[in-house]
Amino acid sequence: MINAILVFNNHGKPRLVRFYQRLAEEVQQQIIRETFHLVLKRDDHICNFLECGSLFGGSDYKLIYRHYATLYFVFCVDSSESELGILDLIQVFVETLDKCFENVCELDLIFHMDKVHHILQEMVIGGMVLETNMNEIVAQVEAQSKLEKAEGGLSAAPSRAVSAVKNINLPEIPRNINIGDINIKVPNLSQFM
Amino acid sequence: MPAPIRLRELIRTIRTARTQAEEREMIQKECAAIRSSFREEDNTYRCRNVAKLLYMHMLGYPAHFGQLECLKLIASQKFTDKRIGYLGAMLLLDERQDVHLLMTNCIKNDLNHSTQYVQGLALCTLGCMGSSEMCRDLAGEVEKLLKTSNSYLRKKAALCAVHVIRKVPELMEMFLPATKNLLNEKNHGVLHTSVVLLTEMCERSPDMLAHFRKLVPQLVRILKNLIMSGYSPEHDVSGISDPFLQVRILRLLRILGRNDDDSSEAMNDILAQVATNTETSKNVGNAILYETVLTIMDIKSESGLRVLAINILGRFLLNNDKNIRYVALTSLLKTVQTDHNAVQRHRSTIVDCLKDLDVSIKRRAMELSFALVNGNNVRGMMKELLYFLDSCEPEFKADCASGIFLAAEKYAPSKRWHIDTIMRVLTTAGSYVRDDAVPNLIQLITNSVEMHAYTVQRLYKAILGDYSQQPLVQVASWCIGEYGDLLVSGQCEEEEPIQVTEDEVLDILESVLISNMSASVTRGYALTAIMKLSTRFTCTVNRIKKVVSIYGSSIDVELQQRAVEYNALFKKYDHMRPALLERMPVMEKVTTNGPTEIVQTNGETEPAVLETKPPPSGLQPPSQANDLLDLLGGSDITPVIPTAPTSKPAGGELLDLLGDLNLTGSPVSAPAPQIAQPPFLLDGLSSQPLFNDISTGIPSITAYNKNGLKIDFTFERSNTNPSVTVITIQASNSTELDMTDFVFQAAVPKTFQLQLLSPSSSVIPAFNSGTITQVIKVLNPQKQQLRMRIKLTYNHKGSAMQDLAEVNNFPPQSWQ
Repeated sequence: MINAILVFNNHGKPRLVRFYQRLAEEVQQQIIRETFHLVLKRDDHICNFLECGSLFGGSDYKLIYRHYATLYFVFCVDSSESELGILDLIQVFVETLDKCFENVCELDLIFHMDKVHHILQEMVIGGMVLETNMNEIVAQVEAQSKLEKAEGGLSAAPSRAVSAVKNINLPEIPRNINIGDINIKVPNLSQFM
Repeated sequence: MPAPIRLRELIRTIRTARTQAEEREMIQKECAAIRSSFREEDNTYRCRNVAKLLYMHMLGYPAHFGQLECLKLIASQKFTDKRIGYLGAMLLLDERQDVHLLMTNCIKNDLNHSTQYVQGLALCTLGCMGSSEMCRDLAGEVEKLLKTSNSYLRKKAALCAVHVIRKVPELMEMFLPATKNLLNEKNHGVLHTSVVLLTEMCERSPDMLAHFRKLVPQLVRILKNLIMSGYSPEHDVSGISDPFLQVRILRLLRILGRNDDDSSEAMNDILAQVATNTETSKNVGNAILYETVLTIMDIKSESGLRVLAINILGRFLLNNDKNIRYVALTSLLKTVQTDHNAVQRHRSTIVDCLKDLDVSIKRRAMELSFALVNGNNVRGMMKELLYFLDSCEPEFKADCASGIFLAAEKYAPSKRWHIDTIMRVLTTAGSYVRDDAVPNLIQLITNSVEMHAYTVQRLYKAILGDYSQQPLVQVASWCIGEYGDLLVSGQCEEEEPIQVTEDEVLDILESVLISNMSASVTRGYALTAIMKLSTRFTCTVNRIKKVVSIYGSSIDVELQQRAVEYNALFKKYDHMRPALLERMPVMEKVTTNGPTEIVQTNGETEPAVLETKPPPSGLQPPSQANDLLDLLGGSDITPVIPTAPTSKPAGGELLDLLGDLNLTGSPVSAPAPQIAQPPFLLDGLSSQPLFNDISTGIPSITAYNKNGLKIDFTFERSNTNPSVTVITIQASNSTELDMTDFVFQAAVPKTFQLQLLSPSSSVIPAFNSGTITQVIKVLNPQKQQLRMRIKLTYNHKGSAMQDLAEVNNFPPQSWQ
């Protein structure tokens, strides 16, 4: 199973942190720091697998990482996962993010941390791989976002005011008032609505 | 109260912070705002606040005060709230907080919600952080969802079930009926998670494993469809149809086929097909091939398939991609035990990997190389491994050195090669050698008798330039102390002897003593070595005396104790010094560490430490001429160990001293002991755990019976060491006068080794009223027939008597 998924940038700042194991906060932060140091030392042309037994208190664990531009994607797995398979999984994850965010870059991950978590949730549950079909994942994420948008999303309150006004059932304003011979043209005041 | 800022705003603000302190300040301010907002029970903005809290949690700041808020969000009706609430629960809560149990009811309701996404959220959360209590309560709901037709929920339910089983293994049976139709799904997501669920169940319970074996044909069919189906755009990854599912199925097949002939046979075809048809240009193809190879090696596959698998691994080794090479080395390591010959074929490639730049690959290659060393290739492999030891990173050196020692011990083609290899390791990685290597090496060197001169010369040359590597210096000091006479006399046959004076040798030992780099243990070795040289060197005894007396006031207690004792040896017990500091006898190979081993421990190196096992330190003077040698024609016989020099008037006293020393192994610093106390000595002898395994039934013999002196031999064989025979002689006197100053000496043919322990006394009382007992230990590695010549000297009726005899009537059980 997957023990942890970490995404941090070239300076070690965490962009996504997900542990599938019970660990105290300080331990989590320590692991992030040490993983960063371990991974930083690696050249680009050596293999993507690292032993990291001491970090997680067991000798069975490996770090599998990939470096994309300014971000490191690190998966900590135990022996029940295929190493080469996890490499492919990281690739699928990044491509899914790309599809969801349109040419994803680090800023997208920074400002939409919750959305990245939700995408990840469609791929991995409890440390086990759920879905690897990119299109399927994207479709589900889109559907849930639509649900959210229908309710107004996180930044709910201000936009609700606008939509509330839009929904007021104002009575129909006549365009022309014809009383006998008098013909009054009503000016267009729609910009005030 | 102004509306709390949006998540985006917060992130933007935090990013403008230039220092850690600034960031902390901003976060603390925001936390305070969030806390007051929580207190106001503001429903509208709660989700926003919790989102911000989660962000701060990721950066490492405490966020526990948001836990209860997450629960409130989960209980809300809005999807947005629930989404953030569940995420917060997964990130902030776990079973250590009691709060999490409050979630159970919410999750239960949400599992039955009308919207599938809400159900999905609930399943996800339960699958991530559900505690055993929660799992127990909700397992029924999960099982219901496992049977639904909605594939989105079904796959999530499957993974949730895996988590439930992990937490509460007893519930596994509950999910069994639901698994019946799992593999009939078309949806790959459901198939994938179902295979995960089946794998988990099979790994946990052998009954389930047997039950699911019947699924093998179905799995084989699915796999076949995947390979043969051609291009399917929805599952395609780099040209291969759903590689993740293929890998999962292969793994499940591995578990099902292990140790089962029928299942293995059913899989043979499909495995061969996958192995030959998969394209290897991309990583996905290699991932599938790798999994196939692992499966082939694990199940009871036919030999053709196994060869195919190892060849695939061999091809991987030549691949440019480092990742592929790494996994190939890992799997070869797993298979080297079972398919040793096949892996040997790739030995040269593996050895090349030692020179790779990648640390992970180097480590794997090193482990694999050690596994591949055997009697045929040991010379070549050692050369490569020694070269590797020279150039590798420090973290490898300790493991590499230990590995080289082990391999050299098992497969050394000659003693000289063995010693050369050890020397090379000591000089290149001397400081990384493990502590237990030093005594092992000393034992090895002692045992290679013909190499002593060569060894001590090489060691001397090694520490001449550099004496900072502690294990090397320790071994060298010990050898110089033992064989210093060979060093100065230039007796080396193997290589050009060097000219070394006694002073030069003492110089180097003294520099070791003085140097700041020497550890306390090393100094102890050096001091003892200097002391031993006092008997081997002739012209520098005064210098040695001076050095030893200086260290009598050393701050290091260990050194001080040794120096004081050695000083006493010079002053008061000078007559004993030669005997004490004589050459160490050949040590037997310690195969086990049990107390029944007849081990002659190296008591001399740590004389201040009382050995708990009383070591019978043999005293073997190589230089003392032996009457028996003359008698028995010289070259045929090994020098024998006389029990005491006969020149002492108080012969009995000396015997006692030596008897004491035999038992305790340390130089006696107490005043001269009293007359022999036979019971004590006998007790001492019998308390030695050497006689624990007595194989009864070896008849005793009368070795000599003349002039009233009768000597009986009784035999004991050790079960743990069958080439050792322990003979106890009993000498009795049937005449009417005592026999005094009785000395028993023995000699054996060259293939044997003999050790005489001290006798119980030197007086045999008359009229058979008492006996002298003495123990002889014979080492007979070649199991040849035991023969012995004995010489007896004693005083009887006022005249000195002497007699020689040959003992040939040893019973076969004593030496076979």
